[in-house]
Order: sequence, then C-alpha cells, then structure tokens
Amino acid sequence: MSATEPTPAGPSGAAGSEQAAGAPGGSGMPEVPRAPGRWTEEVAFPPRASYHQLGGEYKASGFEQLSDLTAVDYLSHPGRALPPGVGAERFEVVVNLLSIARRRRVRVRVQVPAELPELDTLWDLYPGVEAMEREVFDLFGIRFPGHPDLTRILMPEDWEGHPLRKDYGVGRVPVQFKEAPGPR
Amino acid sequence: MSEGHPADGIRRAQRFASAETSEGAQELAPRATTSAAELGREVGAVLRIPEGGVLDAGDIDVERSSDETMIINMGPQHPSTHGVLRLMLELDGETVLRTKPVIGYLHTGMEKTGEELTYVQGGTNVTRMDYLSPLTNELVFALATEALLDVEIPPRATWIRMLMSELQRMSSHLMWMATNGMDLGSTSMMIYGFREREMILAFWEKVTGLRMNHNYIRPGGVAADLPDGWEDDVEVICDTILRRTYEYDELLTGQPIFRDRMEGVGAMSAEEAIALSVTGPILWSTGVAWDLRRTMPYLEYDQLDFDVIVGTYGDNFDRYAIRLNEIRESVKLVRQIAGRMPPGDYRVQDRKVTPPPRARIDESMEALIHHFKIFTEGFRVPEGEVYVAIESPRGEIGCYLVSDGTSKPYRMHIRGPSFVNLQAVPALLRGGLLADAVAIISSVDPVMGEVDR
Repeated sequence: MSATEPTPAGPSGAAGSEQAAGAPGGSGMPEVPRAPGRWTEEVAFPPRASYHQLGGEYKASGFEQLSDLTAVDYLSHPGRALPPGVGAERFEVVVNLLSIARRRRVRVRVQVPAELPELDTLWDLYPGVEAMEREVFDLFGIRFPGHPDLTRILMPEDWEGHPLRKDYGVGRVPVQFKEAPGPR
Repeated sequence: MSEGHPADGIRRAQRFASAETSEGAQELAPRATTSAAELGREVGAVLRIPEGGVLDAGDIDVERSSDETMIINMGPQHPSTHGVLRLMLELDGETVLRTKPVIGYLHTGMEKTGEELTYVQGGTNVTRMDYLSPLTNELVFALATEALLDVEIPPRATWIRMLMSELQRMSSHLMWMATNGMDLGSTSMMIYGFREREMILAFWEKVTGLRMNHNYIRPGGVAADLPDGWEDDVEVICDTILRRTYEYDELLTGQPIFRDRMEGVGAMSAEEAIALSVTGPILWSTGVAWDLRRTMPYLEYDQLDFDVIVGTYGDNFDRYAIRLNEIRESVKLVRQIAGRMPPGDYRVQDRKVTPPPRARIDESMEALIHHFKIFTEGFRVPEGEVYVAIESPRGEIGCYLVSDGTSKPYRMHIRGPSFVNLQAVPALLRGGLLADAVAIISSVDPVMGEVDR
C-alpha cells in the first residue's frame, strides 16, 4: 500500500499554462456566459447547441470525471438569477465536473425548453453519465439522443409521467386513523 | 354447474405463480435485439475506445450466438445482493459476459419528498437514504443549506460533526466487513462486525437518542451537545476497535481461502474508474488518492493528520484492505478530534435558524414566536443554488440544492455514491466467474436505499 498523491497543481509553469487554457474565453473554449459559484470555481451557462462541445473542451482541459448530472424544473420559479445573455427556459440540466489533477470543480447549467426537452448526451465523453442521464430521463422526461439505453431506471417501465416535474402532483396515501372495517 | 372444475383453479394458480417480474426494456436483452452502442456499453468496449473515436463494431464479440449463452436473474430477492439489487447476467457456462443492474425496487421518491419538507424537516428525509451512514447524508444536506444561508457555525459544532463523521465511517466499514465476511462464508466475521458496530450505535443512542436515522446534524449545528463522559466512551470505542482490527487480520487477511477468493478478482484500472465516475474505496483501490477530506477539505479536516489509503491492483483484496485500514485511520482521527474538541456552542446562536432553548419559551414572548415560526413554517433561505460534495464511506456524496427564497428547497438532489458506483459492477464482473459475483458485488458496497432514493 503506497500512498501516491495526485499532483496538486504541478510545477508553476505547467499549472499556469493549464489554467490559461481553462480560463474564461481562453483558446479553444466556446464563448459562454460564466459566473463564480459557491463551493465551485465557476458556473458556465452554454446554449444548448454548444453544450456537448463545451463538455469536450472541459474534458480536454483536464476535467476527467463527471461527478453529477441532474436537472431542475423551473416551472414555478421562472425568475431566477441568470447572467445576461441567458434566456430562462423551463428545464435546466446541471452537470458537475471534477478535475482530479487540478483539484477544481466546474458546473455547467444548460437551459432546455419545455417544447423540445432534448439534450445531446455526454456519454461518448464520460461513460459514467449513463445512469445519471437515464435518471433525468426517467424523472424529468428530458431525452438524450445518442444515449445507448435510454429507459426508465427508477420508476417501473410502464409508469406514466415524470415524477420530479413540478406539475406532477405529490401522491399521498390517505391515513386511516380509526380501525378500518375488515374485509369480512 | 360449469364453474368450479378443479383443473381451472389449478391452472389459475399456476398462472399466478409463474407471473414474472418484468421491467421491459430496462432488462438485459439477448444480443440479437440489443443495439451495438448498448452492447458496447454493457461489455465495456466504450471504455477502450480512444479519445474521440467511434465504437468499433468488431471490438464486441458479436459472433457469440444466443444459444451458447444464457441470461439469468440474480435478485432482487437474492440474500447476498445487499437489499433489492437485481442483476441480469449473461453467462457462457460459468463465465459472466454481460451484466446489467436493474434498480428501482426501493424507489420512494425521496427527492420529491424533499421538496415538500422545510429545511428543518429535511434532515429526517435525507438521513434515510444511505441508511448505513445516515450522519454523512445529514452532514451534506446541512452543509448545502448553510452555504445558501451563509451562516458561520461555531467551532464546537464543526468538531462534533467531524467526530460523528469518523465514527460513522468506522461503523459503516465494520458493517461492510461483516457483510463481506458473510458473503464469503465467514459467519464469525459477520458476528464480530456487528458486535463492534453495536458499540458505536450505543454511543450514538446516548448522543442523539437514536441508533440510526438520527437527524442529529442539522442546518446551523448539531441537535444536542455531547453527553457527560463522552470522552471515556470514545476512548473505549477506539481502543477496542483498533485492537479488534488486528484480530480481523488474523481471521481473514492471512487466510489462504479468503485471499484466493479476493486477490485478482474484480480488477479495475484507474482510467476505467475515473471514466465511470466511480469514487471512494473503489477509486482508491486503483491507486488514485482522491479523498475529498484531503484534496478538497471541508469542516476542519485540513488540521488533522491522516493517511489516504490506496491500493495497487484495483481488485477485491485491495478494496478489503482499504476499508480495514480506513477503520484504523478513523480511529486515529477520532482520537485527534476528541483531544482537540473546543468548548462553546454546539449550534449557531441565530434565532432565525436555531430554535430557542425550552426554558426561554416560558419567559420570553419573542422566544415563543421564534419557536413557533421555526417549527411551523421553517426559516427562509436566500435564493441560490449550490453543489456540496463530501466524502462518505462509499465515495463522494453530493447535495445539489436550489432555493427559491422560501422555507422549502425548490430542488434537493443527492448524488448517491452507491448509485454511481453501481455502474462499475458490469465492468468488474465481466470475464469473471459467476461464483465471484457475490464477492464483487459485496466489495462495491452498494446501499440500495441510496441507489434508489
């Protein structure tokens, strides 16, 4: 058992050039609105068309792992804070990427309209996104063309509706407080 | 008088008894009806394609016909699948060719429930996800809420949280040692693991009032201060468990049968683990020392001295050795934390976040109002979104929290490490023997409560 640490930032020269490549508006990166985040270095808001390309650029600039992919349905909270130039849509897919070598996190928030809930899959870049995209498809009804096996993952196959959408009601089982009449 | 022929009843009963659990397209399909992309994913070919390359159809052993192979079900009621995990396995004789986990049998919509509960009540919900490390779930939810609230919690609360997290890690790994021993036929290890875990559960019962699902770590601090004499309890726990880990060494580590079943079984490379988003002991076993306590410190972990245990081969034995040594590292950490526990408040003294003490309610009208407001409406959290990730015993547990300015989360998402790590199972099982499947599933340590949420 030897403890091999990942190089935190490498020698100063190499780290500097890496950071320049990952900096906002750096060479190769598509120009997308960005904002600083909490617990995360930056939050990028790409348009849907350059979402997959941005994922590829992030992967090339050292973000090896996709930590998390989820979605939010902003149906009843449309007036959220977004940087200028980003038009709010009903759905938002949120991707958290991690760079193990540089110890950094970035978040990608992409707007997905309700009329065409579709987004390119990141599966060809990050195979680990497979179950997460299936979960978002299952619970939000957002499709990921290119995903190899887009089926429901948590709900039964014949379930109707997508439970985490805001217009999907919360089911309740009526509570019987008194002794229920028996079957006989 | 036509009804009631005995044969009809028997036929009906047969039909009922043979009704299958069918999840349709979620299930593993025969090769003839599976697309090349899905087949590639299932056999792991996608992990071997070069950067930007396309899937090579020849890389999949498609020439295998369906009549040489057999698809069988393992679970959801199999005793060694750790809950209701269902695996569909394609076998050639005893060799596993493809595996597909079919999950969702324990799905209770906890993320949806989380949107209906206030931030005060939220802890009772998240603590039930990963039921073997409830305090970690509470911690990540509390940290996310505090990041949005922008409150500074007192040092004692932070150190109590660290103490509980490390005891949590010990108890979770002891539980894993027990079930792993059980899966490999060592019933003694099962009894020993539960015996040691019981000590920690008894301590928690003293501190939190409950053995599991504590709702102890809450936004703003912890629910109660440590009881008198907690140092002695912690000391006894540390001494006993550290001594007993060496007994486990004698029982398992050097035992030839155990080593034969663990060494070289279910190996994985670091590239595969990173690509599949795997974290925790499975990632460490491949030699990547990515421990969030060390690499992205939260709480006060940067002030403590501990080692990140890593493996070399990424096999079952590495994962076993990592968890065993993690218990020792946690003992080391608990001792340091107990020695440096600062005095002071155990929760933040912000009346809008923390309910007033019971005695204050009798003398102050304001305290009564605050008490009433917090427990009926909850406190309001400023608008915003945050992703907080910490190290659970199973890997990175993350909480993505969106607030719309009310007292309930607009969206509460938990990135469960078991859910993501389960994606490694097909890669680990491929090419191995069916008899090793149980050992490999066990070494991944999935908790179905968290997988299905």
